[in-house]
Amino acid sequence: MTYLAPEEDAFVRESEIDGPAPAHRLLGMTDQEYRDVCSVLARDPNPAELAMYSVMWSEHCSYKSSRAHLGRSPTEAPWVVVGPGENAGVVDIGDGWLAAIRIESHNHPSFVEPYQGAATGVGGILRDIFTMGARPIALWNQIRFGPLNEPYNRYLLSGVVAGIAGYGNAVGVPTVGGEVAFADRYSGNPLVNVMCLGVLREDQLVLGSAGPEGTVAVLLGAPTGRDGIGGASILASASFDETAATLRPSVQVGDPFTEKKLIEACLELYSKGLVVGVQDLGAAGLSCATSEPAARAGMGIEVDLDRVHTREQGMSAPELLMSESQERMMAFVVPDRVDEVLAVAAHWEIDASVVGAVREGGRLRVYHSGDLVVDVPAASLTEGAPRLERPLGEPQWMEDLWANTLSFVTPPDLGEALIRLLDDPSLGSPAWVYEQYDHMLFLGTLIGPGQDGALIRVEGTDKALAVSTDGNGPVCYLDPRRGAARLVYESALNVAITGARPLAAVDNLNFGNPEKPEVMWQFRETIEGISEACEALGIPVVGGNVSFYNETDGIDIYPTPIIGVLGLAEPIPASPPRHDRAEEAFELWRFGSDWAINLAASAFEESTFGHLGGRPSAPDSTMAKAAIEMAIQLARQSLAAAVHDISDGGLAVATAEIAIASGTGVTIEYTDWRSLFSEDPHRFVAAIAPEHAAQVEALATGIGIPAARIGRFGGNEIVFARGGRKTSVDLELAETTYRQAIPRRLTAAAH
Amino acid sequence: MRAAVVVFPGTNCERDTVRALRALGGEAELVWHKETDLSDFDGVVLPGGFAHGDALRTGAIARLSPAMKAVAGMAGEGRPVLGICNGFQVLCESGLLPGAFIANRDLSFICRYVEVEVADTDSMLTAGLTAGQVLRIPLNSYEGNWVDPSRQGRVVLRYVGDPNGSQDRAAAVANDAGNVVGIMPHPERATESVLGSTDGQRLLGGFLAALDRPTIGHR
Repeated sequence: MTYLAPEEDAFVRESEIDGPAPAHRLLGMTDQEYRDVCSVLARDPNPAELAMYSVMWSEHCSYKSSRAHLGRSPTEAPWVVVGPGENAGVVDIGDGWLAAIRIESHNHPSFVEPYQGAATGVGGILRDIFTMGARPIALWNQIRFGPLNEPYNRYLLSGVVAGIAGYGNAVGVPTVGGEVAFADRYSGNPLVNVMCLGVLREDQLVLGSAGPEGTVAVLLGAPTGRDGIGGASILASASFDETAATLRPSVQVGDPFTEKKLIEACLELYSKGLVVGVQDLGAAGLSCATSEPAARAGMGIEVDLDRVHTREQGMSAPELLMSESQERMMAFVVPDRVDEVLAVAAHWEIDASVVGAVREGGRLRVYHSGDLVVDVPAASLTEGAPRLERPLGEPQWMEDLWANTLSFVTPPDLGEALIRLLDDPSLGSPAWVYEQYDHMLFLGTLIGPGQDGALIRVEGTDKALAVSTDGNGPVCYLDPRRGAARLVYESALNVAITGARPLAAVDNLNFGNPEKPEVMWQFRETIEGISEACEALGIPVVGGNVSFYNETDGIDIYPTPIIGVLGLAEPIPASPPRHDRAEEAFELWRFGSDWAINLAASAFEESTFGHLGGRPSAPDSTMAKAAIEMAIQLARQSLAAAVHDISDGGLAVATAEIAIASGTGVTIEYTDWRSLFSEDPHRFVAAIAPEHAAQVEALATGIGIPAARIGRFGGNEIVFARGGRKTSVDLELAETTYRQAIPRRLTAAAH
Repeated sequence: MRAAVVVFPGTNCERDTVRALRALGGEAELVWHKETDLSDFDGVVLPGGFAHGDALRTGAIARLSPAMKAVAGMAGEGRPVLGICNGFQVLCESGLLPGAFIANRDLSFICRYVEVEVADTDSMLTAGLTAGQVLRIPLNSYEGNWVDPSRQGRVVLRYVGDPNGSQDRAAAVANDAGNVVGIMPHPERATESVLGSTDGQRLLGGFLAALDRPTIGHR
């Protein structure tokens, strides 16, 4: 059903006039939604039914505020095997191989309980991938916090990183990249996004469909307990205030050991062809894992809760249906192969119970202690969820923000500006984070964390998959549409730098309270920006996730879309560029035009002046495509030793990072100092050996991208030179500042 | 000559280990931890990971796995027994090597390349190397901090620097006979130049060479 969001819920049921707040409100449902349930059922729901609707119709599960806009994005291409709507997107990478990719948020749980919140985020995203029949081969995470001078933010950073490490390392999937960033707006509402990539043979693809009449539902994995009840509804789909810590029981607890066994067991089930469909139990637990596969198959399902293996006794039907206990999967199996499925589970030492069967007729029926406790149309929980046309409106503050630009009478001290940027924990070395993650398992990590995009080879092929994920809250705050489009181009360029050609995108849309028209406007603009850029590049969006209500005490986060782009490199480049490969006497080149020189939302203005204002430059799809093509050719033809995109901190920081990683100084010639710090898109720097210069120049001319030699590596200083004037920074000082940007803020705090 | 690579529930480096051994021309097969008969094999590797989820203590449950009896048998016969990372922890818990492991000095997981120096060439792992030689191999552990109050352990590889607080900077330790060796960094991860180093080949090569010898003589 589609209806307008009511201004106010004036209707109160007669039975609710006296006594405590009605049950549906405690479960996070509006009165209107309750009325809708009554009209679907033509009666009042009983407690177990109400529990199911409350989680399945939550913002987190139903996408009720976002669905009206998500259809805008391009989702089709000849190589798309599975688009949005399943557990993960799947693309064809040739020769019978498929890649599965998915991104998801675990923001709210991570704020309430950082270790378990982040850990279970990793567990959940892994299940989305191996649900499709794929072996997970790599993980990424994108994490954002408030400033590290606040003790709670240090606690959150340490807890989230430890949670990701604790789960990812033990489950045995390498974490090969991501982002860490800090801004005031994330104090009180950190962002924890996780992404996973898997590969599979095309004949092993499994979908989340329940299959025909009589198919048996087998629940595999951890026993069901009382943890995570209401995680999707009261935790993930509501704003925060000072009582957030009381929601801790809504956070699930992860067990990577069980997940590891579950992965191996499921992959064995797939390779033996024992299942017709699989659905993981994440948000909304059993409610989701029964209704969604049944609805996808156009069928009904019967479930007996007495057969669910549990961690504790005496759980009620609503508790069993809402529990978000982790490490569980629902497998749909033809009846005569159930014994084989149970044998595989026994081998891997995981529990399994036959809990139900698929039925004609579309009804979802649940039994508990012999009673029929749920009898509803399965599809009413999924497709039947509300769809809201939330009001949206351009924020009044946009014009003021755009007009609020800085003008500079005299240039700043360039050396000081560079050191300040390298000391910014959003720009400094993320090694403190990624060295806590196993990023080398599976012997596939050709380019790992700390570079632009990661490059992971696929065992047994001459293919490698490249992935980059990018976000930038401040740019998207100043212009959500331009900002989001720029992120797509930035991610695609980062993938191209490894030598891979972009194939598909995923997005994780982190936003504030959707009940505010300004937030919905930011959301709509973001979708527009992503869609425009993806269309220009010819890459489909194969999956996404929406996280609303990232708001604490009325303050919304910056609109923070995270874009992930997947690319394919085939054959694998012999020597893809890395930041640490520049050498003495190599030339410093800049590709892309030195055009508008816009400093809006630059790290330079933010870190030097604490300023956020102006309007970021619009992206240019022609230039974006030229930059991507140039980067691909440099990698494939082994023409560049080191390449780095110009993004956070501008050309100065990109070049300094190459110099630091390579252990050589560099001289950068400039004419307008602002070009050193501008973050205008579609630009990158490269370290190129002099003998390749002529070839590179010819290539750039052919592709039609501006290319300029702007300096040379060598010495032990980073030198900014204009005419005869020079400003220099000692390389060792730059390196120490860069490497200590995060650790020094954590150690200083310990004393 | 074949090597068994034992898989406990929670082990995760088994496939990498087999792949690296095979790339060096070795024969290696995965063996489930419930297997009690390893007589078809000439040596054994306990690979890295989180056997039994590190429940109780790293390696504490794995030492009770049925296969460990056969592993102890092979160790006693002088056949090469190599424990990598978690496998090293299992060997210590099983009493096949002295010492035990505690959390890294800085209480965080460490995943990065480290340098190790050959301290003793009298072990199946280091037999082909020269004392003082430096190798680059990835370290990847949280409980990588080896302690040995008995001071019985023979350190055959030593960290250059001190990444995790390990006693005597031990990165690899051998038994008296030199046929049982535990190594905390991962040689299988340093077997191709595209992965950053090939130094692990020399170590795994030592293990493969030892498969061909009937037993390793006591010192």
